[in-house]
Amino acid sequence: MKKITKKLFQGGLSQLTIPLIAIALLLIFNLIRDPGFFSIGISHNNDGNAVLAGNLISIINGASELAVLAMGMTLVTAACKGQDISVGAAAAIAGSVFVKVLKAGSSISGGTVLLAFLSACVVAMLFGTFNGILVSVFKIQPMIATLILYTCGRSIAYWINGGATPTVSSHIITAIGSFIPGIPIPTPVLIVLFVAILFKLLFHFTSLELFTQSVGINQSAARLNGINPTFIKLLSFIILGVCVAVAGTIGVSRLGLINHETLLLDVEMDTILAVAIGGNSLGGGKFKISGSIIGAYVIQMLTITLYAMKVSSTDVKAYKAIVIVILVVIGSPVVKARLSKLINSLFSKKKVAVKGVQS
Amino acid sequence: MQAEILLQMKGIDKKFPGVLALNGVDFTLRKGEIHALMGENGAGKSTLIKVLTGVYQKDGGEILLEGKAVSIRSPQDAQNNGISTVYQEITLCPNLTVSENMFIGRETGSFINAKKREKRADEILQSLGIPARGSMQLGDCSLAVQQMVAIARAVDMNCKVLILDEPTSSLDDKEVNMLFNLMRDLKGKGVGIIFVTHFLEQVYEVSDRITVLRNGELVGEYLIEELPRVALVSKMIGKDLDELSALSESEEKENKESEVLYEAKGLSSSETKSFDFSIKKGEVNGFTGLLGSGRSESVRAIFGADKVNSGSIKIKGKDVKITKPIDAMKNGIGYLAEDRKRDGIIAELSVRENIILAMQVMNGMFKPISKSEQEAFADEYIKVLNIKTASKETPVGSLSGGNQQKVILARWLLTHPDYLILDEPTRGIDVGTKLEIQKLVLKLAKEGVSVTFISSEVEEMLRTCSRLIVMRDRNIVGELKGKDLNQEQVMKTIAGGEAKNEKDN
Repeated sequence: MKKITKKLFQGGLSQLTIPLIAIALLLIFNLIRDPGFFSIGISHNNDGNAVLAGNLISIINGASELAVLAMGMTLVTAACKGQDISVGAAAAIAGSVFVKVLKAGSSISGGTVLLAFLSACVVAMLFGTFNGILVSVFKIQPMIATLILYTCGRSIAYWINGGATPTVSSHIITAIGSFIPGIPIPTPVLIVLFVAILFKLLFHFTSLELFTQSVGINQSAARLNGINPTFIKLLSFIILGVCVAVAGTIGVSRLGLINHETLLLDVEMDTILAVAIGGNSLGGGKFKISGSIIGAYVIQMLTITLYAMKVSSTDVKAYKAIVIVILVVIGSPVVKARLSKLINSLFSKKKVAVKGVQS
Repeated sequence: MQAEILLQMKGIDKKFPGVLALNGVDFTLRKGEIHALMGENGAGKSTLIKVLTGVYQKDGGEILLEGKAVSIRSPQDAQNNGISTVYQEITLCPNLTVSENMFIGRETGSFINAKKREKRADEILQSLGIPARGSMQLGDCSLAVQQMVAIARAVDMNCKVLILDEPTSSLDDKEVNMLFNLMRDLKGKGVGIIFVTHFLEQVYEVSDRITVLRNGELVGEYLIEELPRVALVSKMIGKDLDELSALSESEEKENKESEVLYEAKGLSSSETKSFDFSIKKGEVNGFTGLLGSGRSESVRAIFGADKVNSGSIKIKGKDVKITKPIDAMKNGIGYLAEDRKRDGIIAELSVRENIILAMQVMNGMFKPISKSEQEAFADEYIKVLNIKTASKETPVGSLSGGNQQKVILARWLLTHPDYLILDEPTRGIDVGTKLEIQKLVLKLAKEGVSVTFISSEVEEMLRTCSRLIVMRDRNIVGELKGKDLNQEQVMKTIAGGEAKNEKDN
């Protein structure tokens, strides 16, 4: 415990301190409110599989799409000093493509699901490229550039399936959206883990992280060091495109249908928020993907907590806003610097006290 | 000399994580004096200034203004107390007009008459002899004029204490003179001026008194006539100057006949006219000329930093194409940019990441340098170049200017270039580091690296370069070597008339 406090507090506040404290506080609050809130049990679902169940599981499961999108958004934010507000609409397009391809064949096999997912990926990456070109080549502010797809994305999704909201029923789709037989952990959670590992590997085996941060912090210097800022920005949007396809696929598989109007509605703002709560500067530059993932879970936990407290769904947004204002203010550079100073002085006093005792 | 004391700082302490930036520093400023604040980079000059202007909060000591203790907690406080600052970097808004910049943040009342304001601005500018008009967009003015507008703004705020932090680093001689006249004017009006600069000449030209700092401590306060130059320099760097003069005497600069490394014919970029240039292996050459003469633009064209329009380039006799920085890097060219903050450092990244950046880019995105290798490189160059940093993980932005410059030097040295272009590597850094960099340049040349060295201090270029290319109005107007390498000849060539073929007089 001592080690953890030390790690969290010494040398100022680490980027992850505040989101981690937020999660801890939410956990404690819920434990006091309802000691049974976090009980995890094993239940049997409709297919007769033994699966984990409980509020905690549904929080982690429910945040999956958000977490995947937040990872991609972190990269775009870091490189382009701005955010993509079209991820919800783009996910609806990707989901529609996914269903369209699934419906094209007579039966749904593993191969068709893979093909459908890959098609969704390609389409989402194309739209990512579109956004990316507007931002990197034409130097349009990211929010304005992606406003275009934000506005028209769900209409495009509507055209893909001719205005219908087709359902898909297959045990493979169910497995993606809920559980794989024999594995008690929800599949979307595993997918988040998988994507996170992919990012980790990407940063380990390439120097994308260094290049992205360089471009985000000082584009002019990065260029004079041989980095191609246009390419780095474009790449960040393409990678976000893959995340969008993954999120869209999870969303469709959960329900077994595509509803272009409601799939991941309003997710873009939550995604940006997750990046911010994770301690990443929305002005670009240095970033931590892990922060954004934690940020996504904070948001989801907050939502579920409020629902569990029987707050009506119309009021939830207002309560959420209050908590988020607090989080964002605490995470602001001004408050952070003050807190760091306070904590450092506390630590140095302690050290002096210890020395005094020894002598 | 018992002038009235205007400002007294007593026993000022300032701590930063891991560093004691100021340790019990005293500083006294009298009415109507120009007081130079001198010291190496990292000596604590900037920190002292920032404490005085409320940018930093002091950790100990007191500040007396006209005998009364004042607490300065923000730049606004400082301004209200009559302390105005013009920083090295221009802190105005380029997208506003000159007059808006001059009056921003200090207007009373909600209705502003833009016409009136512009008229007032014009009056002030005219009285100070500044070639700008109130209605001009600030960003359209040259850097020098922007600097002067910043001074005009400060002057107009009825300041008692005017701080000029490296005001001359981007001005040419004529503009410096204008500034000095302005400073003398203000001095006559009883304003106390704190003048921070690295140019020794300028200190002796205008100052009355000098305070020297070293490593965050006060070395002493001296009247200008009591402190000869050599003594000042040795007080600043804490060692004798012999080394400095030894450098210029002993080093063998004459270039032996060796092969041509780089050759450009008809090279031009969006910022330059077409020019020819070549450099031999192990040669140190320089580009000189006044500000805006095109010296920086020429080397940028060599590196492909601006859009290259035409030209054929040969490296080691082979035709190559250099249109963007990565092409140049792949061909063994390194480029340290003129503006360290804008084009050099990645401020929030660590010293380690900044050092390995160029090498990583050359390796390509798919061959990351391992963390342990990065650390080894960083440790090596921190040691070789004597970079003063708390650790290799410290963000480079928190280092002093000279040390930031060394980090960028390390970045390029790590790529083991055949040809290194250094554009103003010594600007805004202290005497000690300047000397180190000059030595390094000569050492590199000895090892067979070709170096292009640009500096606004001709003295420095004469000491290091074996060939000087003189530019005026974006044209090469001369090339000096051998016995022509002296200040007089350089000045003559810059001034015009004397082309390189008339060197016999």
